Amino acid sequence: MTEKKKSKSKSSEGIGGGSLGEALRVPALAVLTGLIIGAIAIVASGSNVFEAYSALFIGAFGDPVRFFSGFQQLFTTGETAGLLRAIYPFTESLVTATPYIFAGLSVALGFRCGLFNIGAEGQFFIGALCSAFVGYSIVGLPAYIHLPLALLAGAAGGALWGIVPGYLKARFGAHEVVNTIMMNWIAFRLSDWLLNGPMKASGFRPVTPNIEHTAELPRFFPDPLRLNWGFILALIVAYVLYWFLFKTTLGFEIRSVGANPDAARYAGMNIIRNFVLVMALAGGLAGLAGASQVLGVDHWVGQGFSAGYGFDAIALALLGKSHPFGVVLAALLFGFLRSGATRMQSMAGVPIDIISIIQGLVIIFIAAPAIIRWLYRLKSVKVEETVLTRGWGK
Amino acid sequence: MTTLNATANTALVNRARVTYGIVLLAMGLFIYFFFGLNTQSGLETTFGLNLAGSQAIPISDLVVPSQLTVYLMAGIAIFFGAFQLARGVKATGALIAIIGATFIVAFLTWAAQGKSFNLTGMLSSSLVRATPIALAALCGVVSERSAVINIGIEGIMLISAQAAVVTASLTGNLYLGLFFAILLGGLVAALHAYLVIRFKVDQIVSGVAINIFGTGLTSFVSSRFLEKNTDLLNNSGVFPVVSIPVLSKIPILGPMLFENNIVIYLTMLLIVALHIVLFYTPWGLRTRAVGEHPKAADTLGVNVYLVRYVNVILGGMIAGLGGAYFTIGSVGRFDEIMTAGKGFIGLAAMIFGKWNPIGAFASSLIFGFADSLQVRLQILRVPIPSEFLLMAPYIVTMIVLTGVVGRAIPPAADGQPYEK
Amino acid sequence: MTNVLELHGITKRFPGVLANDKIDIALREGKILALLGENGAGKSTLMNILYGLYKPDEGRIVVRGQEVDFRGPNDAIARGIGMVHQHFMLVPVMTVTENVMLGVEPTKNRFFLDKDKVAARIREISDQYGLEVDPDAYIKDLPVGIQQRVEIIKVLYRSADILILDEPTAVLTPQEVESLFKIIRSLIERGKSLIFITHKLKEVMKIADDITVLRLGRVVGSTTPQEASLDKLASMMVGREVNLVVTKKPANPQEVVMEVRNLYVRDERQNLTVKGVTFDVRKGEVLGIAGVQGNGQTELVYALTGLLPIDSGVIRLLGETIHRATPRNILERGVAHIPEDRQRHGLILSFPVHDNLVLCTYYQSPFAKGVSLQQNTIFGNAEALVKQFDIRTPSIFVNVGGLSGGNQQKVIVAREFSRPIQLLIASQPTRGLDVGSIEYIHNQIIKKRDEGTGILLVSSELDEILALSDRIAVMYKGGIMDILDAKKVDKEYLGLLMAGVHPSEPVKVDESAAPERVF
Repeated sequence: MTEKKKSKSKSSEGIGGGSLGEALRVPALAVLTGLIIGAIAIVASGSNVFEAYSALFIGAFGDPVRFFSGFQQLFTTGETAGLLRAIYPFTESLVTATPYIFAGLSVALGFRCGLFNIGAEGQFFIGALCSAFVGYSIVGLPAYIHLPLALLAGAAGGALWGIVPGYLKARFGAHEVVNTIMMNWIAFRLSDWLLNGPMKASGFRPVTPNIEHTAELPRFFPDPLRLNWGFILALIVAYVLYWFLFKTTLGFEIRSVGANPDAARYAGMNIIRNFVLVMALAGGLAGLAGASQVLGVDHWVGQGFSAGYGFDAIALALLGKSHPFGVVLAALLFGFLRSGATRMQSMAGVPIDIISIIQGLVIIFIAAPAIIRWLYRLKSVKVEETVLTRGWGK
Repeated sequence: MTTLNATANTALVNRARVTYGIVLLAMGLFIYFFFGLNTQSGLETTFGLNLAGSQAIPISDLVVPSQLTVYLMAGIAIFFGAFQLARGVKATGALIAIIGATFIVAFLTWAAQGKSFNLTGMLSSSLVRATPIALAALCGVVSERSAVINIGIEGIMLISAQAAVVTASLTGNLYLGLFFAILLGGLVAALHAYLVIRFKVDQIVSGVAINIFGTGLTSFVSSRFLEKNTDLLNNSGVFPVVSIPVLSKIPILGPMLFENNIVIYLTMLLIVALHIVLFYTPWGLRTRAVGEHPKAADTLGVNVYLVRYVNVILGGMIAGLGGAYFTIGSVGRFDEIMTAGKGFIGLAAMIFGKWNPIGAFASSLIFGFADSLQVRLQILRVPIPSEFLLMAPYIVTMIVLTGVVGRAIPPAADGQPYEK
Repeated sequence: MTNVLELHGITKRFPGVLANDKIDIALREGKILALLGENGAGKSTLMNILYGLYKPDEGRIVVRGQEVDFRGPNDAIARGIGMVHQHFMLVPVMTVTENVMLGVEPTKNRFFLDKDKVAARIREISDQYGLEVDPDAYIKDLPVGIQQRVEIIKVLYRSADILILDEPTAVLTPQEVESLFKIIRSLIERGKSLIFITHKLKEVMKIADDITVLRLGRVVGSTTPQEASLDKLASMMVGREVNLVVTKKPANPQEVVMEVRNLYVRDERQNLTVKGVTFDVRKGEVLGIAGVQGNGQTELVYALTGLLPIDSGVIRLLGETIHRATPRNILERGVAHIPEDRQRHGLILSFPVHDNLVLCTYYQSPFAKGVSLQQNTIFGNAEALVKQFDIRTPSIFVNVGGLSGGNQQKVIVAREFSRPIQLLIASQPTRGLDVGSIEYIHNQIIKKRDEGTGILLVSSELDEILALSDRIAVMYKGGIMDILDAKKVDKEYLGLLMAGVHPSEPVKVDESAAPERVF
């Protein structure tokens, strides 16, 4: 009985029926196919694929040779410097993955309620600006107050940016896809103004001042390793979101509204409240993504700060099948890819935009598993596809 | 029963009457306090009606006393507001026009007090700026009339914009650039159509993927190739302005409509052509039927999938033309993410235009107007940060989508895959 | 006499279902063949094959002695086959002319639609067969009976001489059925042949020349009205003896549960669709609301359950007005609702059975403690209800979307009946179900009535209304024509009311005060 319960309650969480391997097969093949097509693009642009992808690997996980010598150094001399240098790429990948986890959760939560949040980008930026503001403008607070306050400010800023399209959707049926995009552009213009005016640090560059040390997310290792508590926070938030979605009455409502809003209304659930709530929470999560990046990594905000996070988050949510744990896995993958791609760009001269191409392809493959099944001659497994979006208006 | 019907209806009418009345009154007061009190008496506002370098017969400029005009606008809004509260008019379109017109006239008069503001120039740049939005909207109209949502217009336009400039730069032939832009637009749309029709991919997801893909691809090509070889690959020149004989001599309208380049003329031609095709030809009838009730069309032997493929691809070609506008139609070079959300604004224009080609064009003009206003105001040094003025088109889009101003009903099957 | 159409050994499989199993039928020239079978017997699949919408896995189609291979509806149309679908295939926002010409559009100047030519042809056909239709009217403005005529004109416009009518009487009043039969006879007189698909036995006896009965995808026999009897046809159709009447004790009505006074409701498009409705529902009785679909019943139910706001009027539930009550308020006051569209409103198809069984109560004890769902209780509840209501499902963890229509409806019934209720609003509770499920649900409703629950039954199936109701209200164009005692009612009279005809000046009674008018 308990055995049965476990495997089946999984299916209601939408990982898809069957074993874990079954569930992971299509996403894995989608990523693989994306990488293969990416390789073709690299070749077409005149670079060496092997060189490019090995740079990608080393950039993502670190150089095995360095690991070896790092350990050797540790055991022989007790020095940790070599090992720290060896794990640097790996920790950097986790650092990159941190905002991805938050942002991916943001989009995934929206999907669960039938809302398509393309606005994670703007919410991220606003969240970052808010937490930066609290971070640099308040001086003299102890860290245990200042840091939570800064995080909260980031979440609140993002939430505000999410509530607007959420409310417009709930009240007027205005499509959230267009509205969240518009909110993105408004966020960019607003940040242009803020960074050139009210929030500008002294100097020529349009950036905010550095935040106070009391608002920083503590780091685990000495510089230049930047891995910080933001990563742990992201994992905790992912678990809390999982509990919220699948073990609470509110989560049940949200999933019901997402799966069939008419039936949800019939059953007495308040659609408007759920739409607004979910967009607020989704915005808050994206805001936290921005906050974690500012407070944990950069310590200041500049123009183009949010570049691409919102769109990446969509790919993450789709790849993770809108399940919090799936999103974490997908975010780790993207963290490795992005972080590796930076090295690929510098070592092999392949522009980092190749990753966007791969991501676009991955989204298509995940959204159309039929293509993957057809490509790899997989037998079609009957999995209920979650309805992600609906047409215009109500 | 009719009397009861009428009583029940009056409640709704009353509500609308009061709302519009209050909005008009508020607008009047806003104009009075915000613009009127901030306008110095004795100054004049000059609205220029001639465009430098145009072929139009010159006419004298419109000069008005600034403060008086602003107060007049406030008065008009308050008068109609009071009238609306007292009596009530059903013509909501006219009321919205009054709200908009009084605001814009008062705003411009205030902003240009003691200065000269070239009205003709702004109207003509409104049309120019409306062009890519109108093309995006037409792309939406064509594909959504057959019930396929294409939210990837932005991505298509980016790809086409880049294709156009690269082709034209390499070959030195702008028309070849235009051809490739349209071809690529059609191809990317064909991919979208194939995904959503053959594989039944969620239409929004596929569109978003195309946007991401388009952004990534063009940025990739840009930083990998274009940046290093700007002269060879990213320097095409633009289509020349062609004045239409006689018509271009008409004051105001001449420079606005008849002194443009080929992309803009093509756009105007397309609007008329699509309107005729959609409502007066067999293909249009089939398209609308497929968009409203695909099963009905199918049972009468209409090939639903074929209609959808053709419309989506046609839409993509129109978006491709829109992409070409960005590069070879206006600046002659490609910049990353140069579409800046115009594809999405086009979708809002499509909705506001009730899925009609002419309506879509008319609402694109509103966005074009908001866009060019913003530029003009920067020139006038209005004491509002330019970043806020730049937000105007986006905010207008969001207001339009609320449907507060004229709610439209999409084609009944819009966004739904068809299964036999 | 020759056969204009023969099907030989038609077989069609869908994943997991054998929809048609070696079916043979034959249609004689100038005759009416009735294809009889209950929901899910495979009639529609067969006709879709005949019309070229599906391709058969095996078998042959012979039209006028020639074997044919249909690739699509166009091929069928070219062979003179036309189909009037059960759910009308009309585009509501287009005119009659546009709907008729769709797919075979004549043009003028090579490019432009020639609507005048088509309109003239429509008038011609209308005159010829007595089908009165205005070619310029928009479909959405036409009553159902006229829409059906448009469907027939569409077929005749394409010069079909073999007509397939799929459940054509399902949405008509008895009078409209009569006029349809007249049209059918005039079609036969002019040499057309016709297949009439239905599950209504009496109609078959009345109009058919030949009868073929289908059950579970197979032909179980062929007969004629002269040889057959109602009982015999019924047992052929269902495969066992059927009790055509619901046995019930006389009702024992008690105090009023729901009072509705002068209710006006607008639909989502702001059209006034319920206009001045007044009635009471008492505990222990079934008030049936009869009427052709689309006369405001849907909006009435939505208003009573809080899904649509009311425009004016009063709804009182156990003496309290529920004007601004949310659906949840109303549920919590003991109203159960079996919705008309079970897949749209009643169930979340992608959720497992156990979650659907607590869809309205998930937040209450014992299913939740605070915000935390008590999953073991939810599972236990599901196991018990599945047993009690005989829901056929592999387990409580499969998604409801995978169950058959009858079992899906049982999930709704189980959910709604398992909580304490004062009033049951059942809207089209047996639409599209097989006879077994219909019997089961009817008995459950009567059982609830006898336990003292008030029942408001909305159905466009007159037989269902007559079988279950103690009193019958007839809705027409948003108003209630009359409320009658079910024991003394006459079907003919009901039919007139459903068509909006008030027979020879009835005695004026104030329904809100006096007991129901006795006919």
